[in-house]
Amino acid sequence: MNDQSNTPEDRSTRLKGMGCSRKRVEDVRFTQGKGNYVDDIRMDGMLFGDFVRSPYAHARVVSIDSAAAMKVPGVLAVITAKELEPLGLHWMPTLAGDKQMVLADGKVLFQGQEVAFVVATDRYAASDGVAAVEVEYDELPVVVDPFKALEPDAPVLREDLAGQTTGAHGPRRHHNHIFTWEVGDKEATEAVLAGADVVAEEMVYYHRTHPSPLETCGCVASMDKVNGKLTVWGTFQAPHAVRTVASLISGIAEHNIRIISPDIGGGFGNKVGVYPGYICAIVASIVTGKPVKWVESRMDNLMATAFARDYWMKGRIAATKAGKITGLWCHTTADHGGFDACADPSKFPAGFMNICTGSYDIPVAYLAVDGVYTNKAPGGVAYRCSFRVTEAAYFIERMIEVLAIRLGMDAAELRRINFIRKDQFPYQSALGWEYDSGDYHTAWDKALKAVGYDALRAEQAQRLADFKAGKTRRLIGIGLAHFTEIVGAGPVKNCDILGLGMFDSCEIRIHPTGSAIARLGTISQGQGHATTFAQIIASEIGIPADDITLEEGDTDTAPYGLGTYGSRSTPVAGAATAMAARKIRAKAQMIAAYLLEVHDDDVEFDVDRFAVKGAPERFKTMKEIAFAAYNQAIPGLEPGLEAVSYYDPPNMTYPFGAYICVMEIDVDTGEHEIRMFYALDDCGTRINPMIIEGQVHGGATEGYAIAMGQEIAYDEMGNHKTATLMDFFIPTSWETPHYTTDHTVTPSPHHPIGAKGVGESPNVGSVPAFSNAVHDAFRPFGLVHSHMPHDHWRVWKIARDLGLHG
Amino acid sequence: MSKMHITLTVNGTAVEGLAEPRTLLIHFLRETLRITGPHIGCETSHCGACTIDMNGKSVKSCTVFVGQAQGAEITTVEGLVNADGSLGVIQENFREHHGLQCGFCTPGMITRAHRFLQENPAPTEAEVRFGMAGNLCRCTGYQNIVKAILASAAQLNAAKEAAE
Ligand code: FES
Ligand code: FES
Repeated sequence: MNDQSNTPEDRSTRLKGMGCSRKRVEDVRFTQGKGNYVDDIRMDGMLFGDFVRSPYAHARVVSIDSAAAMKVPGVLAVITAKELEPLGLHWMPTLAGDKQMVLADGKVLFQGQEVAFVVATDRYAASDGVAAVEVEYDELPVVVDPFKALEPDAPVLREDLAGQTTGAHGPRRHHNHIFTWEVGDKEATEAVLAGADVVAEEMVYYHRTHPSPLETCGCVASMDKVNGKLTVWGTFQAPHAVRTVASLISGIAEHNIRIISPDIGGGFGNKVGVYPGYICAIVASIVTGKPVKWVESRMDNLMATAFARDYWMKGRIAATKAGKITGLWCHTTADHGGFDACADPSKFPAGFMNICTGSYDIPVAYLAVDGVYTNKAPGGVAYRCSFRVTEAAYFIERMIEVLAIRLGMDAAELRRINFIRKDQFPYQSALGWEYDSGDYHTAWDKALKAVGYDALRAEQAQRLADFKAGKTRRLIGIGLAHFTEIVGAGPVKNCDILGLGMFDSCEIRIHPTGSAIARLGTISQGQGHATTFAQIIASEIGIPADDITLEEGDTDTAPYGLGTYGSRSTPVAGAATAMAARKIRAKAQMIAAYLLEVHDDDVEFDVDRFAVKGAPERFKTMKEIAFAAYNQAIPGLEPGLEAVSYYDPPNMTYPFGAYICVMEIDVDTGEHEIRMFYALDDCGTRINPMIIEGQVHGGATEGYAIAMGQEIAYDEMGNHKTATLMDFFIPTSWETPHYTTDHTVTPSPHHPIGAKGVGESPNVGSVPAFSNAVHDAFRPFGLVHSHMPHDHWRVWKIARDLGLHG
Repeated sequence: MSKMHITLTVNGTAVEGLAEPRTLLIHFLRETLRITGPHIGCETSHCGACTIDMNGKSVKSCTVFVGQAQGAEITTVEGLVNADGSLGVIQENFREHHGLQCGFCTPGMITRAHRFLQENPAPTEAEVRFGMAGNLCRCTGYQNIVKAILASAAQLNAAKEAAE
């Protein structure tokens, strides 16, 4: 085994550790259709459940008649709130400290709300049953506008909260008001605004949209009455938290519940929440004694589970004549729908919206957020986003553009003179965060140079001149964005969900022959955890990544963790992985020293082995050490080689990036063409560049959809207007732009391997880049304000309203 | 509801089963035949996750009643592996070029790519993007899917030339 012919570089390459574009181990299964997603699960006697949903956005439920449905062949049960009430399950707690109806309890609050659950032998019988349930409704006045919802005579939506003047996040001042959240120094900010050289104002609306992963939400619940064990396979981004919540609300002891997240077909925040379908499937399984599957249709998904955004952000930004920002003020009206079902850490009812000072050194700031009930679906989840960071980034990147217009300045230059400087890190932001590290100027200059910024501006000016001279009908827009994210929630001292601290975990066991298994508290939904976490272990302990099995998502076997969302897997579970690996390495060092008959301090780690210091030819490989751990009695050491780490991060991580979009817009049709999209990301240490690049492509495509056409829209009656993929825009390969990716590396100083997380950056950063490009194209004609999504019709209207159609 | 007796050839094997006439082909494949490679992303023929190859054409199997498929020759992603069980050319290129993330669109994508490359063995990037536009992916942004398909085209053509 003493293969001295190998250089450390050769040995290192063989490990496929951190920094290499290791091919994904998941793909062998997925490319031949051998994934195991929830709808692939079939059990003997399995039943199928489906919902009767409300056609109205606000109505009293006068009666529900299931008699006809029960006569439909194959239908076994119809469950309504009445059946759930004795179990205390007709309502359930939300992750945001509110409660939500599992099935309509006397009234409905949004179109598509779950009214009754029909259980049948197969999906066709279930849907026949759904059609046969007769529900009588009495319509009530509808409010879909959060500003109107706060008017004194607005309809009362949540009658269950009558008389409750305090909610989970403090005082409520109106029957449709949920909370007010304030951060920063209001007086000082308003004083700065009052005395500023220049103040720019803007209402920035980040419209309602939806994560809509290609696989919808679903589960299979199976209550084994013989041993009293409940097993639920489901699309859960946080299986351990689901187990705890399921135990608390059902009264079933936690050890008798096993939650399994099988392969998940994309999550993007949609699969963090707990939905009525899960509860109903569990109850139905308990009632019938059979496994029960519930998988929502695409329409159910778009109408009822977890929308995202819907933030009205009124901003004021103050600056000196020279463009130095002196203060930022923001008041946000947050439309939460009928129930507050956001998935934010408890102490942050508006998530990390207070990262809205962005990448800029802003001395004083104030943010207030009012949460409001309306007759729309609940949710407000982080759609590929760390708890409202996308809203915050869009807000500040729009404010910067508006300020640039007021100042008559180039928006790239305005950003540059306001960036937090490298020497200011760790940086205390005016709204309470400590940014861990960053080098914004370097990234920005690299980006501007890469796209040839000055030449682009010259071309744009020429195009404008040609347009004015009647030689072309196409304008060029250059969209800039420099975002700073806050991810990796998070320190247990201030981050919890339902009281569960947001640490994460990893357990590693080395087998006698030197291969290993690692289990984590997170769950992949396409991020490639089985590939990348093995790379961390490979580099840390010198076992080839190919020899490491990685498991997640089974609460009976994996260590407790808070799951995968908010780009927290690498910052938190990745750190736990490194820490667990280091514990193993420390023990391996002692074993190696014993085998080599030297003192512990006289051996050192060398890629895949421990060698005697100064005598590298005397070494023990990790394989040899692993075997020794199981077959030798080593004085003072327990046998075996395994470790577990529960990692509570000392701080969040702050990835950042510079995105630039060059867009051509046809003034007469409103159509656009993305000529170039450049994305520079700094996510600290890079574990697998191939996967990072893939994340950037995917996230930027989601951002493209959101900025350019995707929305969840309602009419005045609360009718959902975008409930199919015909109306809800998901770009195809044809529309999707080509991306150029780039990077800088500023490691996180507090993370064991310096990694910051990247999954969400491209969604956060690309939306303002696309949107700013549209605004920039029309800037010479006086456009300051317009709302996303910038679909062809809306862009055409901008041109028309600016008088460009002649 | 009375059931129909359905016979099909799927991935080279004759199969049969009973189904109500209203059963969608995707449900028959997945639930009766237990061929779970093709997925369901919408059931409204927008997403392409259920794409199969039927009688030499790409078909969204959520748009077809099982009765309409009576006697059909069907290939699903499971049928695209090599005889020795190794990944087929397109499957291997999706892996090589990171053309998938969650994997949910992948069976439909690969099955469509398999047919597309027979329709157009030497496509340009734009032709790939147009020819694959019936299949949605929420994860990858398509760039690496396009790369994988172009690489597959090159390899398949090189192999064909070598054989001639
Ligand atoms: S499931 Fe058939 S196209 Fe979406
Ligand atoms: S890989 Fe997830 S939808 Fe395409």
